[in-house]
Amino acid sequence: MSADRPTLAVWKFASCDGCQLTILNCEDELIPLAGAVQIAYFPEATRGVVDGPYDVSLVEGSVTTPHDAERIQEIRKSSKLLVTIGACATSGGIQALRNFADVAEYRSIVYAHPEYLSTLDHSTGIAEHVAVDFELRGCPVDKHQLLEVLTALVSGRRPQIPAYSVCVECKRRGTVCVTVAHGTPCLGPVTQAGCGALCPTYSRGCYGCFGPQDTANAASLGDQLVDLGMPQRDVVRVFRTFNAASPAFHAESERHEPALGKAGREQP
Amino acid sequence: MTHKMSSGDHVLKADPLARVEGEGAMFVRVSEGEVTDIELNIFEPPRFFEAFLRGRAYTEPPDITARICGICPVAYQMSSCAAIEDACGVAVTEPIGQLRRLLYCGEWIESHALHIFLLHAPDFLGYDGAVEMAADHRDLVEQGLSIKKAGNALMTLVGGRAVHPVNVKVGGFYRMPSPAELMAIRPQLEQALERAVATVQLVSGFDFPDFEQTQEYVALRSPHGYPLEGGTVVTSSGRSFSVAEFGEVAVEEHVARSNALHAHLDGRTNYVVGPLARYTLNHDQLSPLAQQAAREAGLGAKCRNPFQSIVVRAVELVYALDESIRLIDGWAGGAEASVAVPPTAGTGHGATEAPRGLLYHRYRLADDGTIEDAVIVPPTSQNLASIEEDLRKFVQPRLHLPHDELTLQCEQAVRNYDPCISCATHFLDLTVDGR
Repeated sequence: MSADRPTLAVWKFASCDGCQLTILNCEDELIPLAGAVQIAYFPEATRGVVDGPYDVSLVEGSVTTPHDAERIQEIRKSSKLLVTIGACATSGGIQALRNFADVAEYRSIVYAHPEYLSTLDHSTGIAEHVAVDFELRGCPVDKHQLLEVLTALVSGRRPQIPAYSVCVECKRRGTVCVTVAHGTPCLGPVTQAGCGALCPTYSRGCYGCFGPQDTANAASLGDQLVDLGMPQRDVVRVFRTFNAASPAFHAESERHEPALGKAGREQP
Repeated sequence: MTHKMSSGDHVLKADPLARVEGEGAMFVRVSEGEVTDIELNIFEPPRFFEAFLRGRAYTEPPDITARICGICPVAYQMSSCAAIEDACGVAVTEPIGQLRRLLYCGEWIESHALHIFLLHAPDFLGYDGAVEMAADHRDLVEQGLSIKKAGNALMTLVGGRAVHPVNVKVGGFYRMPSPAELMAIRPQLEQALERAVATVQLVSGFDFPDFEQTQEYVALRSPHGYPLEGGTVVTSSGRSFSVAEFGEVAVEEHVARSNALHAHLDGRTNYVVGPLARYTLNHDQLSPLAQQAAREAGLGAKCRNPFQSIVVRAVELVYALDESIRLIDGWAGGAEASVAVPPTAGTGHGATEAPRGLLYHRYRLADDGTIEDAVIVPPTSQNLASIEEDLRKFVQPRLHLPHDELTLQCEQAVRNYDPCISCATHFLDLTVDGR
């Protein structure tokens, strides 16, 4: 429709809406953004719909239904660039905890009428279904990183998003290491930066909501957590939250599972 | 968005429903001048929160359940903390309670400003969305965004970030802010308060369809002020019961078209939670400034027109800003950030007032704190049956209206509730039949 401005579409899959809310949380930038791009499809913000194809598609959420597995193929076809926003779209999100359970059993225990719904056994990130041009991490994504990605895409350059760990951000901020100083368990060494080392700044250990960094040595950290006195069951739990299905965290949580025995897995 | 079927038969549809949180659609079927079918389809996929909470540690729900909703994560954190502390028989200190209320005010400000200015006002002013509206009403949108920004700034200061705050834990907080840190944000809140008072005036001048709902209203009521972080459950028919009894009184059913459960009182009566219910049942608990704003907007002691929910939300916006300034002024600092909560076997209940209405959590814990069972009743699933009831009553006398206009008004009737479909979509494990 508009030749001079790139078109932007925002799509939702299984998610909490928090990452697309982060777009609306750019209070100072929202109106300028709407001038720089044409918001062509964004149902959470507008009834207006401009038909595709779209220059940039932002995708929030994970694939959890047969219908969504088809829908993402269509979205890929109608998008020049496809960028995933957040942990759900990148690694399946918190709902990927089903990947470790028997979903058939889940349904028969939990649902009054399991036949009313249609759901897949696994929650998967978008890149397991289609080619993704860029993945922005975080549960939720960071507002400043989101703006950097949008600015880069509009100006036709690669986003400058660091791949180092949260530890680097703590050092930069001058935050005292919570593990070294207080023995507080922290996933900072294996978690990708981007939040600004928020949790250690608030006197708690990082809980890994940006997922594993590129070269995460999760096994070393897992052993360290055990040495700090963390029960095996809790080691499994800390690696199994919002990025549970990301390969590095998945493997590390499984490595601590045998130590539990069957009783640890099947809670009453 | 609308098409004609055969003569006299119509379908009004909005698929997907725009400017709501989450994925849903609305269908109204009309046959020979009669509304035959009303459906809110919730096709937001289920995410199984209650199922995977089983086997997790009792310390984890504040972080895990926050992820049910990116718009109201604090509500989930507050209700889960309340339920788990109840199960363990622990009460938090007064400063912790005050800081929780302050954080919750931040969420109300952010969420209400989002709904009033970005999601709801475009209906009244005739735009597809706020960005389109900004072309003609830039000041209005910028005012709204500045109020929203103040709410997010408060959440970021107290909670660490605006979406999924990191500072909340069972027993309190990881870190307490200093009086100086809180004072630094006071001017921004004062400015937002001034704008919120003007907002009440502005939105009270919108045109509201003549419509009154008759459903029962349900909200918390607390001796400590307008209800946010706790209280007892009261209803417009004069009933009053404890939060622990809530799970027995409100009964959910699983309906075919929806990935959300519908709740009824005693399994029969539709009811409404949210701003209108809170206001009608707690008008006297508002601050003098919020009461004055309500009076000047022409609101009485109760409000039963859901289209006027935008006015009530604006009044609550005034209250949340006024209350946050009061809490900041009274903040002494120096208190312990949390109390110890040793795990105890047992069941605990918690209910707080999310921006969209009462949010109930129940947890059964083993003696080591492992969660054996979790039940979460979000506000939107309680309102779904009432939204459909409203639509049915609303559409029938308006069938003479042009289709596009009626479709838009129906969408508006849904948006009156600020429905959060992401929240409503997850199944409760209350009913187990056919096993």
